Parts: sequence; C-alpha cells; structure tokens
Amino acid sequence: MPERKIRVMVAKPGLDGHDRGARILARCFRDAGFEVVYTGCHQTPEQIASAAVQEDVDLVGLSCLSGAHRVLFPRVVELLREKGASDITVIGGGIIPEQDLPALYDSGIKAIFTPGASLDSIVDWIKTNIKPQ
Amino acid sequence: MYFSKEMQESSLKLTRKWENEVQKALKNNPDQKERFSTVSDAEIKRLYTPEDIKNIDFAEDISVPGEFPYLRGNQATGYRGRYWTFRMFSGMGSAQDTNQRWKMLLHQGQTGLSTAFDFPTLMGYDSDSPKALGEVGKCGVAIDTMEDFMTLMEGIPLDEVTTSMTINPPATVLFAMYCAAADIKGVPLTKIGGTIQNDMLKEFIAQKTFMCPPEASVKLISDTVEFGTKFVPRWNTISISGYHIRESGSTAIQELAFTLRDGIEYVEDVIHRKRLDVDDFASRLSFFFNSHSDFFEEICKMRAARRMWAKIMRDRFHAKDPRSMWLRFHTQTAGCSLTAQQPYNNVVRTTVQALAAVLGGTQSLHTNSLDEVLCLPSEHAVEIALRTQQILAEETGVANTIDPLAGSYFIEALTNEMEEKAWEYIHKIDEMGGMIAAIEKGFPQMEISEAAYRFQRQLDAGEKIMVGVNKYSTDAAHPIPLVDIDEKVGEEQIKRLKDVRRKRDNKAVKTSLDNIKNACKKGDNVMPHCIEAVKNLATLQEICDVYREVYGEYRDPGLY
Repeated sequence: MPERKIRVMVAKPGLDGHDRGARILARCFRDAGFEVVYTGCHQTPEQIASAAVQEDVDLVGLSCLSGAHRVLFPRVVELLREKGASDITVIGGGIIPEQDLPALYDSGIKAIFTPGASLDSIVDWIKTNIKPQ
Repeated sequence: MYFSKEMQESSLKLTRKWENEVQKALKNNPDQKERFSTVSDAEIKRLYTPEDIKNIDFAEDISVPGEFPYLRGNQATGYRGRYWTFRMFSGMGSAQDTNQRWKMLLHQGQTGLSTAFDFPTLMGYDSDSPKALGEVGKCGVAIDTMEDFMTLMEGIPLDEVTTSMTINPPATVLFAMYCAAADIKGVPLTKIGGTIQNDMLKEFIAQKTFMCPPEASVKLISDTVEFGTKFVPRWNTISISGYHIRESGSTAIQELAFTLRDGIEYVEDVIHRKRLDVDDFASRLSFFFNSHSDFFEEICKMRAARRMWAKIMRDRFHAKDPRSMWLRFHTQTAGCSLTAQQPYNNVVRTTVQALAAVLGGTQSLHTNSLDEVLCLPSEHAVEIALRTQQILAEETGVANTIDPLAGSYFIEALTNEMEEKAWEYIHKIDEMGGMIAAIEKGFPQMEISEAAYRFQRQLDAGEKIMVGVNKYSTDAAHPIPLVDIDEKVGEEQIKRLKDVRRKRDNKAVKTSLDNIKNACKKGDNVMPHCIEAVKNLATLQEICDVYREVYGEYRDPGLY
C-alpha cells in the first residue's frame, strides 16, 4: 500500500494580514508533495483547532507577524489537546523574538522558524519529524 | 529624443565596436552570471545607448517639471521651494504613548504625522473584542472611542500639522474622529489637512485588512471622497497604495499597474455614484509607493507612475485641471527588504531606498528603522531613520536640481519599458471588467503569489542575494534592544473603554448608530452621521458592526 501523503495545515491566527510567508509556504509544501490546507487570514485559535481536527491533518503551521503569537500559538496547542488531538504537531513562524522561544516550546510548539529560514529547511524538518498516521 | 543623423550613425558604429570588444573580453573573463535582472526579475541590458530612446518625443514624453505629462514632477520648482515631507509612520501602545512619540518626532524636525493603528483598530474591533486577544497596542496605537482620539491629538495643532492615518475598513470612523476633534478644538474643517489611506482594493489584493465585500467597501470610500470634496478641501481622501502590494511580493511593474488600476476604479465609482465632475475631486487623490532595493527600477517606476496617471486623467477621464493629472505620492522604504540578521545593515538599505524615492520625486517619505523587522521601532532607531532623510535633503545635494537622471539612456528606456508593461496589465484588467471583477477572479492575488514564490525560490537557490541571510551570514550576533509592548497596555485600554461605555448617553449612541444604518440602507453618505456618532462616544466597533450588519462580511478566500 502506498504511504499516505503528509497532510499539512497552514494557518494564520489573529488579525494579522501579513500572509506572504504563509502563502509561499503553502505553495512550497504542495510542491514538496504534501497535501495542503490553507486557512486564509484572520482565524481564531478555535477555528484553527476545529479545522485541523476536521481535516485530519498531521501538522499545523502557524504564521504570525503581529506580536500576538505569545497568546495565540499556545492557545491552539491547548485547544487541540482539549479536542483529544494532541497527536497533531504544531509548528510556528513569523516575527518571533528569541526571548519568546522558551515559553512557546514549553507550551508544546515543536519548532519555530524565524525570518531567513530557507524553504528547504522547513520541508526537511517536516519530512524528518512527521510520519503520516 | 532628437539625435542628429550624424550622432546616430556614430553611436551605432561605436556600439557595434563595443559589442565586439565585449565578445572578446567574455572569452577570457566570463560574466559572474548568465542573466542580470532587477529585484523584480526584469532583465537589464549591459549597456543602454541613444538607440534605446531614439523614439522619445521630448515635448510629449518628457517635457519640463510642472508640465504634462509631469514625468519630471508636478511642481515647477522641485524641492527648492520645500523638501518632501519627513513623515515617520508611528503608533504604539496607548494613545498617550503615541502622542509622546509624536511630540518627540516633531521636536526632532519631523514635518508631518503618520499614524500606525493596532490590528483591532485596523480591523474595526474594540479592544475588548475576543478577536483582539493578544493584539491590543501591539502593532500600533489602540483607538476605541473619541476620548482616545482626543488623547492622541493632545497638543497637536490641527491647522498646522498634517496627519496621515493608515486606516482602511474603518476609515470613515477615523476621518469622522479627526473632523470631530477639529470641531472640539475650534479649528474649521477647511483648515485641517491630512490623509486617510482608505484604499480597500489593495486590501483584497494584498494587505488583507478587510471587513465588508469589495462593492460596499468602495461605496464607503466614495462617501469620504464626496464629504472631503464638499467640506474638507485640504484632505487627501484616498491614498491609493502600491506599498502593500509590493510588500506581499509583487514585482515593481505589478505594483505600478495594480495601483493605478485601483485608482481608475475609485475615480469611476465617484463619478458614477456621486455624480461629481472629475476635476472636483481628483486633485485630492494621493498615492503611496514602495521604494525597494533595486535603485534604478524604483526611480523609473515613480517617474512612469506620474506620466501614466497624467495620461489616465487626461485621456480616460477627460480631466481639464492640471491638478487632477498630478500624481502626488508618499513613499515608504521596503520593509520586506530588511533583515533580522545583522540588523544594522538595514540602515544602509534604507538610505539607498530613500535616495531612490527622492530621485523619483516623492512628496513625502517614511524611512524604516533598523529594528522594524523585529518589533516596533525604538526611539533611537527612529531617530537614525529620520536623520537619514535629513542628511539626504541637506547634505548630499541631491535635491538641488529636479529629476537629475532624466535623459539618461537607461533611465528613460527603463521608464518606458515599465510603463508599457504596466499598460498591458491595466488593459487586461479592463477586459476582465475592472479591478473588483479581477479581484473576484483572484487575478492580481495570484500574479503576486507567483512573483513572491519565484523570488523566494531564487533566494533559496542563491540567484538573488540578501546580505546576511543567504550570503555573508555569520554566527556573531550584535543584538539590538527590542521594544516590547506590555500586555498591561491592553488591560488598561479595556478599562478606559468600559469607563466610556458606562458614562456616555447610550440613547444618543443608539440613535446615531441607527442614523448610520439608515444612511447605509438608503445609499446616503454616512460621514455626517459618523461624526455625530463619534461625538456621542459610539465605539469604533459599534459603527463597524453596523456596516457588517448591512453589507455583510468579507472572508479571506485563502488563495496561494
């Protein structure tokens, strides 16, 4: 039986409209052979968590450039846990100051990619760490 | 351009000789790469000669400053009469925090104000909305009610300083607050000057700050144009913006074409909906462009924009007043060109980009601070950015003479080429039925997506370079202090908002909101009712909720 493709959701939590990075990544993941769901901008953590469960994704990639990541990223992880979906891996990216990283990792975010990360490095991380179930 | 027959012949002869030399030289010393192109991936030739501009008609295509097609500028006197406005985009935390920063900037020689609002304000939500979670005061100043607005404007002479407000879906509300503030301070509306960005089409295309669907959004914009034309004659009611189109990854030509096509859409709507003559309002339309790192491409883009808008106004809309044909614009250096790595390099990038904007003839300029890629700018970083403009204006001599690059074979050829390609886009969008129709098809969005993805791939392949990111990177860190907006700012803002809701006359609020709703339903101008509502301390979201209720909400289709 052929191995199932990795299913990825690219999500934009909060009111931030800076979606250049998110859209580029969605394209890049599609080119890398993943199945991609892109939420578009302005999603609440609740909408993202519900959509992730419904779409049965392996990974959620959050993108935020407004500074609201401190509150919004951990909230997505928490909601997934509440929905019994803690097997979904959550990663994030955007304008994330280094001093915020420990708290984000502690909250259950598995990786954070900041400006300058190459597309290949993100794809490689996913291929290494995500096994479709 | 007229070149004598003898000169053309000798130029051709010499060019051929040079081409032979190049071929010989390349055998021993090949070029560093096969293809040389701008940051927008437009191919550039090794050399430009009179041959490239021989078809230019000087009077029709170039002319002098202050004359059609205004390629060389709108003003006959250039920067000698006055420099461009030094206008730093600024807003952070509470209204009081921002007011303090503004006063500091004015004290340092800034000549105009420019307001950055936080995301809840930009999107038409109050600070205590669940949607505002984590965002209050983060990316700009939080404004919920007229009380916040008065704090923001405390000590600012509204008849002396012009203020730009980067606000889109709730532009009617903030414009109303400014008018109400003038009223309260006893300044006549005819004396105040400023700008609301108020350009929704580029929101659907690029910046993604939207509220109602495109059609209704354009109606509200036409309301502000009509109101401004009749009562606030010094106000720029739309700042038709390419900046965000470029930031979201477009090429320079896409920025140029989509921005001008957006402008056409607004002019058509005002003429048809409001029955105004084009010359009544067109002179108050302003523009906003990005200045990216590719020096000459940016200069040519700005020159082409002026000439194209003049032609659009004259030939498409039959404007008679030269002021209608002037493309007046603000420029911001390219945020997307800055790097989090080695952030001090950003000062250099910004300087070069600002120089391009000045040589392109901008009327107003924001120079990014070196830390803006990481956080809101610190006071020190803003000061360097402002000084960059002052050094360009007062030390370098670049403002001594008007449009100094005119007549250059390369500059004129590239200006022509960019104009030609931008027309192709404009005609294509015309064929689709206009910009709203094109947006509904996803056309500009997908064109930009393609360009953004191509650039990222070129970066990853090392075909395009960002110093400190994919070349000359280093592990040595020179950390810079980051501005951090305390979560307490949000808590205090919410407390202020609740106080206002408690003490105001709720009956008066309801009546004024009903008046807005009726105006929306009847297609009347909402502006007078908005002014009444903000004076009665209706909140930003309460007014925007009326729009949402009547017009519906637009959702991001999530194209990529």
